[in-house]
Amino acid sequence: MSNTPNVTRVKQTSGSSSISSLLYSQKIAPYVFVLPFIISFSVFFAYPVVSAFIMSFQEIVPGSSKFIGFDNYKELWNPTFFKAIKNSTVYTALTLLLLIPIPLVLAAFLNSKVMIFKNFFRSTLFIPALTSVVVAGTIFRLAFGELDGSLMNTFITALGFEKQRWLGDRWLGLMTLLILACWRWMGINMLYFMAGLQNISKEVYESAEIDGANTWKKFTNITVPLLKPITIYVFTISIYGGYAMFTESYMLYSGNRSPKDIGLTMVGYLYRSGWEQNNLGLGAAVGIVLLAITFIITFVQLNLFGLFKKEE
Amino acid sequence: MRKKSLSLLSVSLVMTLALSACGGNNANNTANNAGKATNEGSGNTAPSTAKATKVEFWTFQQLHAEFYTEMVKRWNTANPDKTIELVANVSPYDDVHNKLLVALQSGSGAPDFADIEISKFPNYIKGEPQLVPLNDIVEPDLDNLVKARFDIYAKDGNYYGIDYHVGASVIYYNKEILDKAGVNADDIKTWDDFAKAGKVVLDKTGIPMTTLETSEQWSMWLQTAQLPSKDDLLKADGTPNLDGPEVTQVMKWQQEQMKSGVAVGAPGGFHHAEEYFGFMGKGGAASVWMPLWYMGRFTDSMPDLKGKMIIRPMPAWSTGEPRSAGMGGTATVITKQTKSEDLVKQFLSFAKLSKEGSIATWTILGFDPLRSDVWDDEAMKAPNKFTEYFGNNIFDVLTEVKDEIEGINIGEKTPQVIDAIKTQSNVRILLDNEDTEKVLKDVNSGL
Repeated sequence: MSNTPNVTRVKQTSGSSSISSLLYSQKIAPYVFVLPFIISFSVFFAYPVVSAFIMSFQEIVPGSSKFIGFDNYKELWNPTFFKAIKNSTVYTALTLLLLIPIPLVLAAFLNSKVMIFKNFFRSTLFIPALTSVVVAGTIFRLAFGELDGSLMNTFITALGFEKQRWLGDRWLGLMTLLILACWRWMGINMLYFMAGLQNISKEVYESAEIDGANTWKKFTNITVPLLKPITIYVFTISIYGGYAMFTESYMLYSGNRSPKDIGLTMVGYLYRSGWEQNNLGLGAAVGIVLLAITFIITFVQLNLFGLFKKEE
Repeated sequence: MRKKSLSLLSVSLVMTLALSACGGNNANNTANNAGKATNEGSGNTAPSTAKATKVEFWTFQQLHAEFYTEMVKRWNTANPDKTIELVANVSPYDDVHNKLLVALQSGSGAPDFADIEISKFPNYIKGEPQLVPLNDIVEPDLDNLVKARFDIYAKDGNYYGIDYHVGASVIYYNKEILDKAGVNADDIKTWDDFAKAGKVVLDKTGIPMTTLETSEQWSMWLQTAQLPSKDDLLKADGTPNLDGPEVTQVMKWQQEQMKSGVAVGAPGGFHHAEEYFGFMGKGGAASVWMPLWYMGRFTDSMPDLKGKMIIRPMPAWSTGEPRSAGMGGTATVITKQTKSEDLVKQFLSFAKLSKEGSIATWTILGFDPLRSDVWDDEAMKAPNKFTEYFGNNIFDVLTEVKDEIEGINIGEKTPQVIDAIKTQSNVRILLDNEDTEKVLKDVNSGL
């Protein structure tokens, strides 16, 4: 064993000139450096997508999988799947409405000179992102329970309202999911915006002050436009995050079983058809449709933001 | 020159690193082996000269792993010439089922034997089952076994799984509440009696008689399966039967109880929700019907009810009709990927089908054993945490309903039907008060 490295070293010496020329070649080196990404991308992304695409045209049964044309996609034409699309879309839209403006304003506050306890607020707003969804979902389920003694029911009955079946109602259930999402993601999005704010130079604000701009004017005319690249980024990942939401709903309803499917998301439907009912072909078809939807929406959104236009 | 020697150095460094990494791996492997060997040594009471066969087992239930660990010990003592080294892996419910499904579908990575829960079981016998038929160990003992529990894991005449228990369904009454209302549990013979007694309990104590599951299937499945008809959630031929007369009768009855306040929706939606445990544990309802394995939920999650609960046969739909159904369950299966099929089969037969194994399912797990000939065995009378909680008559109740335990139909559509019950029919009928027949027709046509 101890001899082996020496042997290789001897071998290397004889071939070293060709290897070093390879390493220093301007044509090849870039590929060597991006290789780790290419490999992990193709193994963990491209290959699964391609095989999911193929599987979506198959009936997957051990020992006798066969191609069945568009049957899986035809089977998707059902009210449950439409409900899942609708739920995911509404959820995504509402998270965008909440999780872009609020963190932006919060970031501006925390970046301001007059704000006190900055570090305290920064860390408390960020801590939820570090908790596991499973733990958070379970605690939210109990806090939003239907019994008199649950946290939310104690709270609203004290305020004089009637107790609610929070998770049993379409809109209250959605609201709970949104509160969970805001609680969890607020800090992360805020962090992105704060990073963006550091990049806006003080001089721009100073010259605006000289021109007599008030705080609101500075926010709308300097902060918001200059944060556009960050906003686009947050927007894009939020669209993906919204459509990919599953664990939150799964934990909140302790399983994929919300009443009348009010909490069923597209990934929830994928999980149900692919795993719970062992119909991987149908599950793959759901995945492909999900991919198509997020792809189209992201493309349209990036186009609207003008990301594909040439810089002027 | 400097450049060259530098690159040479780095390359040789990389090579040594790679090689030493290989060496490290080997060392790790030996360490692992050593660890396992000591494990085996401590698990083995008999001095074995023959090398133990390593057998891997997957489950989602820690108790089941402990059961097999104990049974392997007993097996090794009895069979020193073919000892087993058990590697039991316990992972969460969904993880185990998903991993096993992938392993069986892809043809590699599956354990020698594994647990599959009944509502997932049909997923595993789709197409060409990747499980070993167990007919040669099941059939010789079938006369002493509750056959219905084997039919649910069968396909084309092959038995693929062995359950842990009969899962006979019973009703649990909170005697303290019944006494307050002056109701005697033994007078409740039919579901009509139950509804009348429920009214009395509600009027006198203000406590609902029972809870019904709105996001799970047990409450209605038990009541449907106990009907003498061959059809329950599925027809005998495997087609969905949610709009059939059986389910309709049950759901209409349940809706009436909800309307009159005799029953309320189970807090949290089902009888395994933390909220339900809290509610029931504080005397929130006077009764619940669940299979016998639900005893463990009382002892573990509702300790305050100790000494207050009594077990009785379920009421019948009309006098003389069956009062129980074998329900729920988890099958142990042997995968086709095992390399020691015969040994695992013999062990499984020893652990679950033999008299000794059957008694152990009660003493270790608190389950009602698959062999009905051990139910009146002396060993079943020994006190344990269940007799302390519920009293000594647990097996008297079982023996009483022995010939009334109805089977259930399980087929490829089962997971889909259960999903529909969990998310659609129960909520709409019990909580939203929609017309029962219309909802059931609606839901069934969507399957």
